Amino acid sequence: MKLSGKVFKYGANVDTDAIIPARYLNVSDPDELAKHCMEDIDTEFVSKVSKDDIIVATTNFGCGSSREHAPLAIKTVGVSCVVAKSFARIFMRNAINIGLPLLESAEAVDDTDAGDVLEVELESGKIVNTTKNQTFTAKAYPEFMLELIEAGGLVEYTKRKISAKG
Amino acid sequence: MTLAEKILAAHCGKDRVSPGQFISAKVDVVLSNDITAPIAIREFKKIGVKKVFDPAKVIMVADHFVPNKDIHSAEQAKILREFSREQGSIFFEVGQMGIEHVLLPEQGLVVPGDVIVGADSHTCTYGAVGAFATGMGSTDIASAMATGEIWMKVPPTIKFVYHGKAPKWVTGKDFILHTIGDIGVDGALYSAMEFTGPAIDKLSMDGRFTMSNMAIEAGAKAGLFRVDNKTEAYLQNRAKRPYTVYEADKDAEYAQVIEYDASKIEPQVAFPHLPSNTKPISKVGDIKIDQSVIGSCTNGRIQDLKIAADILQWQRVHKDVRCIIIPGTQDVYLEALRAGYIETFIRAGAVVSTPTCGPCLGGYMGILAEGEKCISTTNRNFVGRMGSTKSEVYLSNPAVAAASAILGRIANPEDIKE
Repeated sequence: MKLSGKVFKYGANVDTDAIIPARYLNVSDPDELAKHCMEDIDTEFVSKVSKDDIIVATTNFGCGSSREHAPLAIKTVGVSCVVAKSFARIFMRNAINIGLPLLESAEAVDDTDAGDVLEVELESGKIVNTTKNQTFTAKAYPEFMLELIEAGGLVEYTKRKISAKG
Repeated sequence: MTLAEKILAAHCGKDRVSPGQFISAKVDVVLSNDITAPIAIREFKKIGVKKVFDPAKVIMVADHFVPNKDIHSAEQAKILREFSREQGSIFFEVGQMGIEHVLLPEQGLVVPGDVIVGADSHTCTYGAVGAFATGMGSTDIASAMATGEIWMKVPPTIKFVYHGKAPKWVTGKDFILHTIGDIGVDGALYSAMEFTGPAIDKLSMDGRFTMSNMAIEAGAKAGLFRVDNKTEAYLQNRAKRPYTVYEADKDAEYAQVIEYDASKIEPQVAFPHLPSNTKPISKVGDIKIDQSVIGSCTNGRIQDLKIAADILQWQRVHKDVRCIIIPGTQDVYLEALRAGYIETFIRAGAVVSTPTCGPCLGGYMGILAEGEKCISTTNRNFVGRMGSTKSEVYLSNPAVAAASAILGRIANPEDIKE
C-alpha cells in the first residue's frame, strides 16, 4: 500500500495529553475525539490537516497515557501514518492494533521539514521525500507484528485465533 | 533469567524466554477504567465471543471521572456497570471504589508472580508486589478479556541498585524522580526496570508502589521488586489467591546495571513539562504556587497522607493556595480519618475529596487556570495536564507538597518551623 501526504512536524516526547487532552475523554466517539487532535500543542492542526497527511516527529512519540483515543484521533482526523525516530511502547501497540501505520526512521525525520510531501510504501518501508527528492528506509517490523497488520488489526487477528481453536 | 523473564516464561509454558522473543502469555488479571473500558467493551463485542474468559479475572474500576462529573462521564460509567453485571465480572461501585492502582493491591487482587494487563498506563504499579504488570490500550484489553492471553515481546531488564540510606524526607517518589531525571523519559523504553539494593530493602511497600507506578514515566514496560518480608507482611490477610514467588537468577543477564547512592539523593521536584526535568529541592529557587495536590495512584496511600498530616499539623495552608488532598481508596480514607489526619487537613484549611483520579489528568476537582502553578504528588506534568496549556505542574513527594501548601512556594519540609 502506498501512502502520500504533506508533513506536519513535531519534536520529542509528543505525549498523549497533547495528542488528545484528557478533558475530552468523557466520550469515546472517534469523530468527536478527532475534532481535538493535537489541540494542546498545535491549535491549527485540525483546521489545516487533509486526508492522508503524515505526522513526523522525533523521539518517544505517544508517551504517557495508555489511551487508545490518541491513535484513534490521529487516524480518524485522516492522517495516513506517523513517521518518528522512536515511539512510546503502548502507543505503538495501540496504533498497530487499530491499523494506524507507524514507521521508524531517524534519517527520514532529520531530513524532512513541515510541509514536505512524503510517499510511503508500507510493505517495503520505503519513504520518499518528493519535495527534496530523497529516499529512506524505515526499520522493518518483526514477523509477528506483520501478521497482526496483515490480519487488519488485533480484533481480526483474535477472531481468527478463536475460530482456529474451534 | 531476570525476575520479569521468570514470570513471563511461567506464563507462556516455556522453560526459558529471552529479550526480544514474542510470546503469548496467560493473564491473571485484566483491568480497565471508565476512560478505556468503553472502547474495550466495543472492541470485545466486535470479536464476537459472548463471555469473558474468566469473570473473576476481569476487573473494571470507574475512577477517572467518577463520581460522575457530567452526563458524558455518567454514560461511560454506566457502560462498565452494565457490562460487568451481564458478565458477572468484578466492578467497584462508588462507595467501594478507589483509584484503581491503590485499590487492587489493597484488596489483594494482585499477587506476586502474576501477569497483569490493564488499559491504564500506570498498571505497572503492581510490580511492587513482584508481579509483571503492564499498561496497554483498549483493544489489547478486549482481546485479553476474550482469550485470557496477550501477545508480548519479552523486554530486556535494566537493574537499578540503590545503595546507602535515604536522608530524612526522601521517599520512593524521590528515588524514582531522581532516576527518571537521570535516564530520561525514554531511558527505559520497552524495558523492565528491576529495583534493588539496601535502600530498597528498607523502603516501605507504599514507597515501592510509588516507584513501580512511575516506571512508565521512563518509558518502561514494567517496574519490579523482589518479594521480601515486607511484601509478605503486606499480603497477609489480603491476598485473595495463592501465589508463586519468583526470584531473579544470580547469573541473570541485564541490559544495564545503574547504581545510585541513596544518601546523596535530596527530595526531588520535576519542573514543567516533563517528569525527567528534575531538580533537587535545594536548587529549586523561589517558585510561588497557587495549588497543592496530594493524592493519586502515585501518592494516595496511607503513608503519603501520614507524611502530609505530620507536616500540616498545627499549621495553616497559605492564604493564596488551594490544597486538595485525595485519599486513594475508601479504606485509606477511613484509616486517615481514624488516625486524625483528615481533621488535621481540614483544620489546616485543605479540602479532602472522595477517591478519584480527578485533578491528576485535568479531569475535575482542581483544574488550573492560565498562568497558575501547582505542586503535585501525581506522576505527569505535561503541557495542559491539569488544565490550561498555560498552567504549570511541578511533581514532588507528599512532604514537599504539604510544606509548599503552607509556605505558598515550593518548599523544603525542613523550612517548616514547629
